[in-house]
Amino acid sequence: MVTRPIAEKPLFTESGWDFAGLDCIYRAIEEIALNELKLDVYPNQIEVISSEQMLDAYSSLAMPLMYNHWSFGKLFAREETLYRGGYQGLAYEIVINSNPCISYLLEENTMTMQALVIAHAAFGHNHFFKNNYLFQQWTNAEGILEYLSFAKRYIAACEEKHGREDVEAILDSAHALMNEGVFRYRRPPKPSKERVLEKRRRRMQYEEESRNELWRTLPAGVEPPGAPPTTEIEEGAPAEMKLPEENLLYFLEKHSPALRPWQREVLRIVRNLAQYFYPQKQTKVMNEGCATFVHYTLMNALYDRGLITESSMLEFLHSHTSVVFQPEFDDRRFNGINPYALGYGMMADIKRICEQPTEEDRDWFPQFAGSGDTMAVLKDAWANYRDESFIEQFLSPKLMRDFRMFALHDEADEAAYKVSAIHNEQGYKRVRAALARQYDVGASDPNIQVAAANLTSDRKLLLEHRMHRGIPLHEQTRDLVCGHIERLWGHEVVLAEIADEDQVSQAE
Amino acid sequence: MTHFIDRRLNPKGKSLGNRQRFLRRARAQIREAVQKSLKDAAVADIGKERKIKISTKGTKEPRFRLDPRAGGEHDFVLPGNKEFMPGDEIKKPRSGEDGGRGKQASDSGEGDDDFEFTMTQDEILDIFFEDLELPNLVRTTLKETPTKAWRRAGITTAGSPTQINLVRTMRNAFGRRIALRRPRPQDMLELEAQLAALEMEEPQTDDTRGQISALKDVIAKAEARRKWIAFVDPLDVRFNSFTEQPVPTSQAVMFCLMDVSGSMGEREKDLAKRFYMLLHMFLRRRYEKVDIVFIRHTHDAQEVDEQEFFYSRQSGGTIVSTALDKMLEIQKERYATADWNIYAAQASDGYTQSGDARHCVEMLNADIMPLCQYYAYIEILDEREMEVFASEDSGAELWRAYRTVAELWQNFATKRISKPADIFPVFRELFKKSETA
Repeated sequence: MVTRPIAEKPLFTESGWDFAGLDCIYRAIEEIALNELKLDVYPNQIEVISSEQMLDAYSSLAMPLMYNHWSFGKLFAREETLYRGGYQGLAYEIVINSNPCISYLLEENTMTMQALVIAHAAFGHNHFFKNNYLFQQWTNAEGILEYLSFAKRYIAACEEKHGREDVEAILDSAHALMNEGVFRYRRPPKPSKERVLEKRRRRMQYEEESRNELWRTLPAGVEPPGAPPTTEIEEGAPAEMKLPEENLLYFLEKHSPALRPWQREVLRIVRNLAQYFYPQKQTKVMNEGCATFVHYTLMNALYDRGLITESSMLEFLHSHTSVVFQPEFDDRRFNGINPYALGYGMMADIKRICEQPTEEDRDWFPQFAGSGDTMAVLKDAWANYRDESFIEQFLSPKLMRDFRMFALHDEADEAAYKVSAIHNEQGYKRVRAALARQYDVGASDPNIQVAAANLTSDRKLLLEHRMHRGIPLHEQTRDLVCGHIERLWGHEVVLAEIADEDQVSQAE
Repeated sequence: MTHFIDRRLNPKGKSLGNRQRFLRRARAQIREAVQKSLKDAAVADIGKERKIKISTKGTKEPRFRLDPRAGGEHDFVLPGNKEFMPGDEIKKPRSGEDGGRGKQASDSGEGDDDFEFTMTQDEILDIFFEDLELPNLVRTTLKETPTKAWRRAGITTAGSPTQINLVRTMRNAFGRRIALRRPRPQDMLELEAQLAALEMEEPQTDDTRGQISALKDVIAKAEARRKWIAFVDPLDVRFNSFTEQPVPTSQAVMFCLMDVSGSMGEREKDLAKRFYMLLHMFLRRRYEKVDIVFIRHTHDAQEVDEQEFFYSRQSGGTIVSTALDKMLEIQKERYATADWNIYAAQASDGYTQSGDARHCVEMLNADIMPLCQYYAYIEILDEREMEVFASEDSGAELWRAYRTVAELWQNFATKRISKPADIFPVFRELFKKSETA
């Protein structure tokens, strides 16, 4: 460890914060994060907001701007009730995967909490967003805010032109298919942002050309901003159907016989959002683990240098421990495995394995046990894994013992769960595999594909749900969602559940 | 580079629009829930902010999801093992029981029947008073200082700076700049770049020097031109214009007559007060200009203020006609029929001094009903009486007497209330928007 001069006095002693103080602590954190941990981050933009604004942000999928829809109002009503009733506190921060990386700090936080949050969001999450392969490949941090602002204006303009009910109906249906609106394995045919920019460029050009003719008064028709001046259909004639197609929204957008151009654009907006959020869904544990590990390390470094007082260190530890608290399964507070707890636990464990490995660790992790270079191992993990693979690769027996994990096997027709493995020598591998599987979105999301679409005769759309280990779809919601698909397709839709053994049962 | 941005002063309530969309969407469910929750509220709490539980019908957001209970098999991991060994069995919690511990938290609890959230007073009242109105309201004379409203009146060339219409102003400026060929900034940059390029040229021949001075001239002219032709000229500026316009108003007064005599028990008074409370809120909310006159009576009548009407206690004998007298007296004094729409709502338990009922009927027929746009009589019964007087025709003295008035006058309504749950339907029925309106 490099020994550093101890600062003469801490950066702050009061619990209240001000902007000068924030700037000061930010610099101190930045210095350690960049020079010692060698994090690689987008430029930060830190915004202080009030609790009401935090509630607002909650209910627009934590994005700074979002098109209008009643479901966000519903979310807001729920969050507000929970918050005002005291059932639920607000998050200390929200961070957005964009460039610059925007973090929101709650104004009610104390100075210590602001420091914690800056370390957590502006460096932890930020590093993860910038470096993880899923985010790099699938999301466009540069363009997301611009795209959202386009989406918001486009939807508003559509509402003005086509009526609110019609637009809401399309959005309802599109939202119902959000989970099925992502490309899981292949990249979307064309990055959306460039299309939008290209469109915008063309439109601006058009406007500029027409504006110069002063003597011609142009009728001021309401036109969705960003929409091209004339109907622009997808490249070439009706694109060839590539079946099977896993991205239902994409399929409907391209091939539905019932949709008008603006409705296709709405589907595309929802689909792009779904795709944007898809990596976050697959990296909850890692993302939170990374941010928590980073804030823990940074806060300790600050303390070691005498930059924060003992009392704020205690305040920090209090909040840190409640964040990484994991209730046991029979606890009333239990609500699944806490991603902060698991993620932080695993990363702290990697550090231990790197620095003070036991014999067991050397057996299990020969590649890096005792290597001493924690950050190298962690950065590699942060960059190249998602939850499923990270757990499969890095969950150690020690952590399984600490969490006292056990795996249950559940068969629908049995009256009891069977304990299939516990945290012992014979069970480690099975527990670890089961846990990794649990985080595999490929297995937890239903696998639904468009199997066939008859465009020439009755226009029937055939969907297939390929059941995984015999688990069917939830019946009521299935029927409701099928109704939405019918609205988008305009004709009959049949969803077939295909069992592993190729038994076919049909549902309307 | 880091930016700290203070967003706290940014406008709040970004979600308000979405919230209204949600309320509109769930209107039917919310109305039902609001009525149910108001029913049990204490008098003072009517119309306060409250928690509403609605069914999710109409606001469902279905998604495909797997249902491991229905079939198939899967494995999952839980923390906190204390005594289990491999091969042990754990009984499954019955469905519905404590959310199926051990199941991964299903996203957002879709499929649950109820959705709970808080509504503000305004939202509740809006929903409750939706489609209600004062019947037969007519436009009275405009002689009383009519209210005025600001209306947009196009665009003008003069006005206060706060009302500048930026779009129009900039459009004019843009047009003028093009028409007068004001050199654009990029033209200037180009010229200067050319000049710089020439000046850099080595060696400087006479030719280039000539070019340089010519170019300098051009630049000087362009600069001068940019100076005379302003970017935005006072000529371009346009203002939004507003004018005041008189808005015809209809003045109305509501007489609230309440019996507070000894025969009215606490329960009856409470019911009557609830009714008036609702009426009061309705008028305040929908008709800014409505005057409300509170009259309470025992064996004699008094005009009282709102506070006293709702919250004070008083007792005594019963002479209903005193209240009608009082009402007429006030009406003569302050509310000329030419200028005012007159409404009255009377609540009583239906008992009055013998003979008084006939007197009341005479007064109503002769003096009051000709003045009134609408007269609502609410009789407050206890539940036993309600059963006895199941039919409209039978009832206490006042009820039977008032039935005869109702036959004569279309704008005279009689209703009965015996429990809190009756108030809202009765209220809605009395002030239903008429189809013909």
